Amino acid sequence: MAKYLLLKHYRGAPTAVNDVPMDQWTPQEISAHMQYMRDFAARLEQTGEFVEGQALAPEGTFVRYDGEGNPPVTDGPFAETKDLIAGWMVIDVDSYERAVELAGELSAAPGAGGKPIHEWLELRPFLTEPPTITE
Amino acid sequence: MTAELDEALLRSLTPSVLGILVRRGVDFAAAEDAVQDALVEAVRVWPADPPRDPKGWLITVAWRRFLDTTRADVARRRREDLVDEEPAPGPAPTVDDTLQLYFLCAHPSLTPSSAVALTLRAVGGLTTRQIAHAYLVPEATMAQRISRAKRTVSGVRFDQPGDVATVLRVLYLVFNEGYSGDVDLAAEAIRLTRQLAAAIDHPEVAGLLALMLLHHARRATRTAPDGSLVPLAEQDRDRWDTTSIAEGVQILQTALARDRLGEFQAQAAIAALHADAPTADETDWVQIVEWYDELTRLTDSPVVRLNRAVAVGEADGPRAGLAALAALDDSLPRHTAVAAYLQERDGDLATAARLYVEAARKATNLAERDHLTRQAARLNARR
Repeated sequence: MAKYLLLKHYRGAPTAVNDVPMDQWTPQEISAHMQYMRDFAARLEQTGEFVEGQALAPEGTFVRYDGEGNPPVTDGPFAETKDLIAGWMVIDVDSYERAVELAGELSAAPGAGGKPIHEWLELRPFLTEPPTITE
Repeated sequence: MTAELDEALLRSLTPSVLGILVRRGVDFAAAEDAVQDALVEAVRVWPADPPRDPKGWLITVAWRRFLDTTRADVARRRREDLVDEEPAPGPAPTVDDTLQLYFLCAHPSLTPSSAVALTLRAVGGLTTRQIAHAYLVPEATMAQRISRAKRTVSGVRFDQPGDVATVLRVLYLVFNEGYSGDVDLAAEAIRLTRQLAAAIDHPEVAGLLALMLLHHARRATRTAPDGSLVPLAEQDRDRWDTTSIAEGVQILQTALARDRLGEFQAQAAIAALHADAPTADETDWVQIVEWYDELTRLTDSPVVRLNRAVAVGEADGPRAGLAALAALDDSLPRHTAVAAYLQERDGDLATAARLYVEAARKATNLAERDHLTRQAARLNARR
């Protein structure tokens, strides 16, 4: 019973084995990829392990407070940002081993040539509530 | 005239109603669905029209629901023979039915999270939505988890004897890893353990109940109003719930007198010694170390050894605690936090501050991470 974030990067993760930009796939390959992601989420819902999944637009804005009375300052997007998140999936599983297993499955999503991308996914545990019994 | 719905009463009837349906020959999964429907109906109807015999009402409604579902299900036509007429009342529900439900819902073929979910629904009478909220997952996910769990145990015979230890592990999980939500899972774990203790005479069931009560007694003092953790030594002991402590101690003493020690009794004994100390300084650490030695013999758990090192540090001084700690694998959760604490007690504030920072980085829960960061900040501000 632990939640993990599976983090997918546009940029910033180590290079995938089948590293071809999506715009160079065939339309069918793109559809197959999307279908794989949907099927994966549906399967996790069936196993009672799915919490949520979201995709993010590649371009965002940086925002910060600029002092009393001033509107927030915005900046970006920065083309050079090293770490760019593409989306995430949150799972609720019984063990770290199970989380790794699922991340491995998700990383096998098909890409160019219909072959698995072997994309690097980042697996991050959620911080939990503190246990009741501590001593 | 509408009455307040007695949800505790309603839910306490769940296991026996479910047991009766199963005794009538309904398979567990279908019976559980029917009882859940009856509970939902009760929540709707009872406030305006409270039944004179709540349990009889639930049995009747659950049974009808089962009949309706079965009749509607063409694939199950063969069952018609079984359900066509109102059956003989059947054997009276027994305490054993409740016990069997606990065994079934904690069956070793289930993963811990499935066993927890199934126990809360089938024994506890919580709705899928409540369980989903409590564990912060979508309702659809929790519904699937529960229905898979039911499929997993569908082949298990209802009258097969089970292992109390597996049930206790599930109840411990509900208590110890209770998340926030509109359901108080700690209170629910206590209720379910109490109900189990009424169904089976077993010193470890009593031990777990005592352990829960003793920890629950401190609940109001474990966090500050801003949500930050308050360590045991700094808790306001005047606000500990003395009724809960007295009950826990009494249950524990009765269990210990039977001389069949187990890990939950030993853990409860440690909690009782803390509860017994009017101030943190008056804690009987020597006796606590002895109980940790006992626990180590019973479980040989590395977490127990880590907690023992803390107790040794209090009983024999921080150097002794650090020596005990040195014998343990430093990849253990909270190992660094314990080292930081003992180093601070030993006066090495620079090392302690560095270790607190490292421990915060390794913390697995938010409140502990913030607590450890604050400890590091406190020491850095002093130096």
